[in-house]
Amino acid sequence: MSQGILAIAEQIDGVFRKVTYEALSEGKRMAGSLGCDLTAVVLGSGVEDISKDLGKYGADRILVGDNPALSEYLTDAYANVIADIIEKEDPAAVILGASVQGRDLSARLSARLGAALAMDCVSVSIDGESVIVTRPMYGGKILADVALEGKLRIVAIRPNAMSIEESEGAGAVEKIDVDAGKIDLNFVEKKLETGKIDLTEADVVVSGGRGMGGSDYSVVEEMAALLEGAVGASRSAVDEGWRPHADQVGQTGKVVSPNLYIAAGISGAIQHLAGMSSSKVIVAINKDSEAPIFSKADYGIVGDLFEVLPLVTAEIKKLKG
Amino acid sequence: MEIVVLLKQVPATESLVKIADDGVSIKTDDIKFVMNPYDEIAVEEALRIKEAQGGKVTIISVGTDKTVEAIRTALAMGADEGILINDPAAEGCDALGIARILAAALKDIPCDLIIAGQRAVDDDNYQVGSAVAEFMGIPSISMVTKEEIADGKIKCQRSIDGGTSVIESPLPALFTTQRGLNEPRYASLPGIMKAKKKPLDTKSLADIRLDSAKVGEPVTRIKAMNFPPEREGGKIIEGETAQDKAVELVKLLHEDAKVI
Repeated sequence: MSQGILAIAEQIDGVFRKVTYEALSEGKRMAGSLGCDLTAVVLGSGVEDISKDLGKYGADRILVGDNPALSEYLTDAYANVIADIIEKEDPAAVILGASVQGRDLSARLSARLGAALAMDCVSVSIDGESVIVTRPMYGGKILADVALEGKLRIVAIRPNAMSIEESEGAGAVEKIDVDAGKIDLNFVEKKLETGKIDLTEADVVVSGGRGMGGSDYSVVEEMAALLEGAVGASRSAVDEGWRPHADQVGQTGKVVSPNLYIAAGISGAIQHLAGMSSSKVIVAINKDSEAPIFSKADYGIVGDLFEVLPLVTAEIKKLKG
Repeated sequence: MEIVVLLKQVPATESLVKIADDGVSIKTDDIKFVMNPYDEIAVEEALRIKEAQGGKVTIISVGTDKTVEAIRTALAMGADEGILINDPAAEGCDALGIARILAAALKDIPCDLIIAGQRAVDDDNYQVGSAVAEFMGIPSISMVTKEEIADGKIKCQRSIDGGTSVIESPLPALFTTQRGLNEPRYASLPGIMKAKKKPLDTKSLADIRLDSAKVGEPVTRIKAMNFPPEREGGKIIEGETAQDKAVELVKLLHEDAKVI
């Protein structure tokens, strides 16, 4: 395995997602153990300027495919271009974030290239010729060690699982000609919730469950805003229509691993626990002292969340001055 | 509109998963198997499209004798026909192998639209739907929360990180489901009775004219399964008043855990 590692950067409206830096950092570690180069790929329109930045995360080369046809993510256009680049570069492994976009792109690429793909990897190790990843299955109830075999491996890493490390790469930007090929899909529009931190990338998640009793999440939102975190919800709160589906944490929602997870009024059904157990520190606030969530929480407060959360928020405010 | 739904049978999400003696699979004896929840959403959406536009809904799955139950459930919800690919050569396939089998089977089925779950909640691969579309050479749209079909095109609203986007595609196409697309119906008693008489064909790889060598060696192989590190229940914060507890919690988070 003397070929290089190819890291696919993900940007939205000219801003790299945090998982891009995680993918580059992990890609650099892989390149280090293989003694090869790390090449970053950036696709988009008007992205040359931001691309230089990736040298700081260890990229030896930065390939920039700047083309108006790539201004918005389209599965077919991006898969066509990346497949061409992979063919030309012949990397040993491709690494990217298992974001919504990364999952979509990597699944399509794996089929086109016959590549071994592992989704949501939380660690990667290289043992001689083989790449072994650890990834959750069954919504996080199991961690599986999976060997990626064959000529090309695609490692899609779970956001918030790998550490970001700055390191000096040569970081030479090379503009490349890209041909988006045959495009069937047509981008119509997108709507982003401005200022909202993505649940899977947030360092702090404050979640409310059935104990919220309704759609007024202001006590949860205030704490999340103060901690620059995201708001999550249990499945029952989502099923009640109190929160959008995108906020759901658990086996049929999002799996999160923030530094701090605060569960308010969440009893802790097995599907929910699977989705947040890999958080670094868990706090549970619940009226019911028997709630299963307390068996997973580092710190628990038995009490009414509507009384406790505002008091905790006020204390954090004092701390932050 | 000819609609095909890709279906997988999976352990119910409330299952307590145990690792089998081989160390690379789970114990299946005490587990209740159900239709993958995202596939239920796919079946529901297919039925709604059929109810609005006419046509037929075909369910296809790669599985074992047991998988018949999940296909029958889809038929009881209102799907017209089921196909089960049951072949020893399909066992031990990875996601790409399964996708190759499904794509081969789909060659014989007329279809304008294929709907799949965004992922199966057992392997969590997020791979088969897109891979089937790739093998068939048709466009795919993932994580769909709303769709509209008109003039040979499908317009889909999809979940993206931090928001939503709208993508349009010509048919035939494949899309995968996200929660919020619909609330799947329950099978009614008459539906369950009718389902027993609906066609459900079991096919081998030879029946779909797929040489087992073409399925391909698995390129991903599970070497070991482990449970995530067990979390110990920690400290229940005591205090006279809620205020005392709040002060203590913030102190612990700041000084001990150092997360705020």
